[in-house]
Amino acid sequence: MNDIVLQTQNLNKFFHEPVEFHVLKDINVSVHKGEFVSMIGKSGSGKSTLLYCLSTMDNDYSGEVHILNENVTGRKDKAMAAIRNKNIGFVFQFHYLLPEFTCLKNVMLPALKLGKHTYEEIEDRAYKKLEILGLKDQALKQSIKLSGGQQQRVSIARALINEPEIILCDEPTGNLDTKNTDMVFDVFRQLVDETNKTILVVTHDTDFAAASDRTIEMADGRIVSGNSGLYMEARA
Amino acid sequence: MRLPVNLDIALTHIVTRKKQTLVTALGITIGVSIYLFMNSLSSGFSDFSRDNIFQNNAHIEIYKEDEMSQPLFDSGSGVVLISNPQITTSSKKLSNPEKLLHDIKAEPYITNAISLVEFSAVYRRGDTQIQGRGIGVDMLDYADMFQTDELMVAGSIQDLRDNLNGIIIGSGIAEKLSLTVGQNITVSSTEGIYKVLRIVGIFSTGSTQMDETRSYVNTTTAQQYLKEGPSYVTTIYANTVDPDNSLQYIEELAGIIPYAVEDWTVINKDIITQDETRQLMMTAISLAILIMAGFGIYNILSTTISQKIDDIAILKATGFNGRDVINIFLSEALFFGLIGTALGILVGICLIGIMKSIYIGQPVGNFPISVEADLVLLSTLLGLVLTLCAGYFPARRAADVDPVEIFRR
Repeated sequence: MNDIVLQTQNLNKFFHEPVEFHVLKDINVSVHKGEFVSMIGKSGSGKSTLLYCLSTMDNDYSGEVHILNENVTGRKDKAMAAIRNKNIGFVFQFHYLLPEFTCLKNVMLPALKLGKHTYEEIEDRAYKKLEILGLKDQALKQSIKLSGGQQQRVSIARALINEPEIILCDEPTGNLDTKNTDMVFDVFRQLVDETNKTILVVTHDTDFAAASDRTIEMADGRIVSGNSGLYMEARA
Repeated sequence: MRLPVNLDIALTHIVTRKKQTLVTALGITIGVSIYLFMNSLSSGFSDFSRDNIFQNNAHIEIYKEDEMSQPLFDSGSGVVLISNPQITTSSKKLSNPEKLLHDIKAEPYITNAISLVEFSAVYRRGDTQIQGRGIGVDMLDYADMFQTDELMVAGSIQDLRDNLNGIIIGSGIAEKLSLTVGQNITVSSTEGIYKVLRIVGIFSTGSTQMDETRSYVNTTTAQQYLKEGPSYVTTIYANTVDPDNSLQYIEELAGIIPYAVEDWTVINKDIITQDETRQLMMTAISLAILIMAGFGIYNILSTTISQKIDDIAILKATGFNGRDVINIFLSEALFFGLIGTALGILVGICLIGIMKSIYIGQPVGNFPISVEADLVLLSTLLGLVLTLCAGYFPARRAADVDPVEIFRR
């Protein structure tokens, strides 16, 4: 089971506001290394909530979350931040680029925080990431001067800068046109196929989901199809 | 050398919002400059009034206290005598003044001591007469203690030396009796001695009360006015190394001297109380202004953080922890504080310079204000501490931002 990178055990979560609501019910899910998994479901089915529990940003749950075979449940804020910094890349529906910085600097920030490489090395790596995403010529522009599709690609470069094992995405193509959506999909596909990264995408786009390796469907806080057990059987 | 990433982010925020940075810093500048200015003003006033006090008062004064008769006397034989209390002092004389002076001077904390003979004097010219107080003293020693030579408007203190018929009078007396240096003045004492003395000098202290009553003669002359011999002394003035410590010194002196020992704070209680009240008010007002500036920073940083809440969320998502976020915003606050305080000190010093150049008339001269290092230091410290405090609370709030809440909006 060593190749499981994301796993939950009896994950339960409640929303207390505005009314008590059982949003995740006994979730037991695992994602394997090198998988490109999509998560679909109606609004309010709990898919985003599950993603944020897996991301270490939401700690208000019962049960356990394992990341890279380590139980991260109940760790301190600082330890969680370090895990995210090193192991998880995020792509959201909006780009969340810092408007004061150039694209290059935006990409560099998580690596500067990690502090594993020198400034020059990080700069070099950031250029390479931007090049992969076709944005090398935009590197020194302020992030607000770019188009929506370009901004989203910069945010993907930022998610990749620390070479994380896991990339978590919440509606990454929700604001993109078809051309950009295809581009983002191709980048994800490439990451999985060529560098064996693991990608978990929450999406409403059924075409996008269909093209992924596996689709987990959620409804009313439970996984209704696409759970790992079934996947393993299918693979075997 | 590259900046640490938190500082890098903070500086980028500051540089990209130059106008806001300037406005924030200006708030601190105003607070710090006014704090420095008002406290320097207050301190200048205090120093001035203190100098004024020491122009006429020694740090310590030694004289013979009036003795009261015992109202109740039990003879032990069953007969009890009851009498009205009254002053029974026959003479204000300090016995053996030379030994006394020597003993006082031997104390390590005494820098200077002189003996005086005080008498009530009446200055006359024709029918006009003025009540006053004459002091018999070695004028050179006296001038050494009180810098009287700086107050002379005519004549000189040197001329009183060994001149038993000389007198130095206050400018008020000279004016009222329309007398000047070289003319004669009739001075009598309550003991009934009349003398015609030659005016050798006129002084002006700026205090009307002093200038219209005070005169200086030689010790011997004063003793003659009191019909006393050459060993007669009424008062000893002593200066100490630290006038602020005079209370401790008088306690020590009281142990070795059988006479009343008083320090300048007792004699000038009213002036000192006034001073303290003014200082308290000035401090309170200037501190209030400084704290207002602090609220300004708090306000601006709070707004900034609300505007940057998305940025904070993504920083936290990509691995910056709560402490990093606090560092970033506290660095910004500190930067505002540094710029604002530095400018504030500069403006404060300019204000003090302008004030110092204003002439407000004799006897004060120019405004009694100056740049004092300890006040500059205090203002700097307060400015920085205040910005850090004002920055800390918004920064804490930023650190507590829940990124999930932001991303799920």
